[in-house]
Amino acid sequence: MKIVVCMKQVPAGTKVDIDPETGAMKRLSGETRTNPYDLFALEAALQLREKLGGTVTVLTMGPPQAEEMMRDAYTMGADDAVILSDRKFAGADVLATSYTLSQGIQVLGGADLIVCGKQTTDGDTAQVGPAIAEHLGIPHAAWVSEIVDADEACIRVRQDLVSVSQVSEIPYPCLITVDKDMCVPRLPSYLLKKATADRPVRIMSFADMPDQDLSRYGLVGSPTSVERMFAPPEIEKQVYLEGNAKEKTDSLFSILTGKKIT
Amino acid sequence: MPYPYKKMTEADFAYIRSVTAQDRVWTGDDIAREYYKDEMPEYGVFPPELYVEVLNKEEISAIMAYAYKENIPVVCRGAGTGLAGGATCKYGGIMLSIMRMNKIFPVDHKNQTITTEPGALLIDIQAAAAAEGLFYPPDPGEKTASIGGNVITNAGGMKAVRYGLTRDFVRCIEAVMPDGSILNFSSNVVKNTTGYDIKDLVIGSEGTLCILTQVTLKLLPAPTCSCTLVMPFGSLEECADMVPKVLELPFVPTAIEFLERELIDIVERNLNKLFPVKQGEAVLIVMYDASSKQELDSAIEAAAEAALANGAIDCCIAGTPERAGSVWAVRGGILEGMKADSVAQEECDVVVPRARIAEYVKAAKRIALSHGIRVEPCGHCGDGNIHTELLRGPEMSDEEWKKATHKSLTELYALSKELGGQLSGEHGIGNGRLEFLEEFVGPRMIELYKAIKLAFDDKLILNPGKVIEFNK
Repeated sequence: MKIVVCMKQVPAGTKVDIDPETGAMKRLSGETRTNPYDLFALEAALQLREKLGGTVTVLTMGPPQAEEMMRDAYTMGADDAVILSDRKFAGADVLATSYTLSQGIQVLGGADLIVCGKQTTDGDTAQVGPAIAEHLGIPHAAWVSEIVDADEACIRVRQDLVSVSQVSEIPYPCLITVDKDMCVPRLPSYLLKKATADRPVRIMSFADMPDQDLSRYGLVGSPTSVERMFAPPEIEKQVYLEGNAKEKTDSLFSILTGKKIT
Repeated sequence: MPYPYKKMTEADFAYIRSVTAQDRVWTGDDIAREYYKDEMPEYGVFPPELYVEVLNKEEISAIMAYAYKENIPVVCRGAGTGLAGGATCKYGGIMLSIMRMNKIFPVDHKNQTITTEPGALLIDIQAAAAAEGLFYPPDPGEKTASIGGNVITNAGGMKAVRYGLTRDFVRCIEAVMPDGSILNFSSNVVKNTTGYDIKDLVIGSEGTLCILTQVTLKLLPAPTCSCTLVMPFGSLEECADMVPKVLELPFVPTAIEFLERELIDIVERNLNKLFPVKQGEAVLIVMYDASSKQELDSAIEAAAEAALANGAIDCCIAGTPERAGSVWAVRGGILEGMKADSVAQEECDVVVPRARIAEYVKAAKRIALSHGIRVEPCGHCGDGNIHTELLRGPEMSDEEWKKATHKSLTELYALSKELGGQLSGEHGIGNGRLEFLEEFVGPRMIELYKAIKLAFDDKLILNPGKVIEFNK
């Protein structure tokens, strides 16, 4: 069983810096972390490897600084790590990103199963995973909330969609994107940290891609035009109601009627 | 002697209303049932005759002066999260809630302190300090406890290993005495050898000596980074043996806790909170705070190497808030998980010298099992405060449970004493552990306790029947 997990390094915390000139996210500023959804993807992959055997390769597109994230994946149990890094990949939208990742997977010789996080906490599109599957011409299931079963031939997954819960059996090769809380990501192991200290993280560039058509990659390969990008104002507010039960009920009623909710 | 206390009359109710407000006083059946008990109804459910929510020290003073004159018992209540049956009206009378006195004054940067009223919640005080880049370290599990309750019970919590207890962070206290007079214990000074240290006596007195109206707390610079390590071992005993090894390292841990796999399973099964480490029959959880990443990395490496050298299966590193959160969520869910998994619970809160933890844990399991009770030792092993949870199975009758827990507790307390420990590490005596206290501390100490109580409260009207019982 050959599993590839796609991961992304995202800004730590909830604040995202936007370059006012280009409207692009400043990826190198501040602290970074592994996209939280991708940790669930990696955990799901590691559990499948424990059950069925095989290998788990983590793949990302990003700057060389992503090595820290890949080393973290090694300490969780990943067997191999590859960063697709080239200035030609910069400025990619969903289409170019997913295409680049699909090319990277082809360089790796393909995969029986590709696992992605449902979405990232910076881009938030939730489209890259399914788009990779389209580029590779394989079936996919997004928003997977449970891996019901898996064997050497196929995987059965549950998707909690908005109005229905669907269980699908998908033959390999295929791709799934997983929701958070489907499992708990294991913690990095100190033993694995020591054991993988000398294991290289492979870097691949544009030159390694099977498709050498530059117009498919990076900003050039991105038809998305961003007019303006900004961090929305925080809209969640908390109101503490003081007083006894009656006073609190009255104030709650007046707030709700004020907002025309009742 | 004041017994029997006066049964409150309409005239008494009218007086309390006159010094407070009509809409802040409830009597008889109008009093909400939650005020009959604290978090442990097992330790007594007692209806107050009157429940009042006060706004300031003047109101408290007027109520106390009146109660003193009329011989009416008064119990002060904070958020009601106590675990000893402490804030309950064992002899009826007035329950006085300070929860509306919840003002937090601005942080005093020059003195590195924060002053608050007693009804302020711990979580809000921690947030107020954090907003100014400072840190209030005492961290009992219950974040919605009031600071007044924390101070008056000397709350401990997980971070006591590194930072100490609530007592270590109290600079000064303003309080109303049982006769209504208002006193200050110490002031906002770092040192004080002026007379007896009454402040430290009042802290942890479980509401039997005076009623806090204001408290000033010491703050620290906030640590810049922290990490939680999870060390899986083959057995709980091996975990316990590891504790002194962690303490020997040149890095002071913030918290050291242990959990048995069975307890983890209980939380996972009942609360659906999954633990991120699957290996080991028991795990030791070690947390470090540091002021630099370099210092933190050195502590992690030293602790991990020590763990592996002492039989740990691995050392798992929770270095991000999410990862640490997944560990502490399970630790924090223990009480709730056990409540869901058993018919009733009894908790033994002993504290033993850290060098004797392993001995205690081994013997405690044997003791409880010999009386047919499921036992789950867990808790703050970094400070020797082992919460030994006794769980009642559905097959036990009321009588069997009562008998078995009493026998188990008697033996567990004797064991703690033999090992040089104490009866309660952080939950206090209240009403729940009262029957075991005299045997534990001896008659001369009880005389001393009584003399102290009488020096503060000669009419025994403040939280009577808790910690020390005169009416025997």
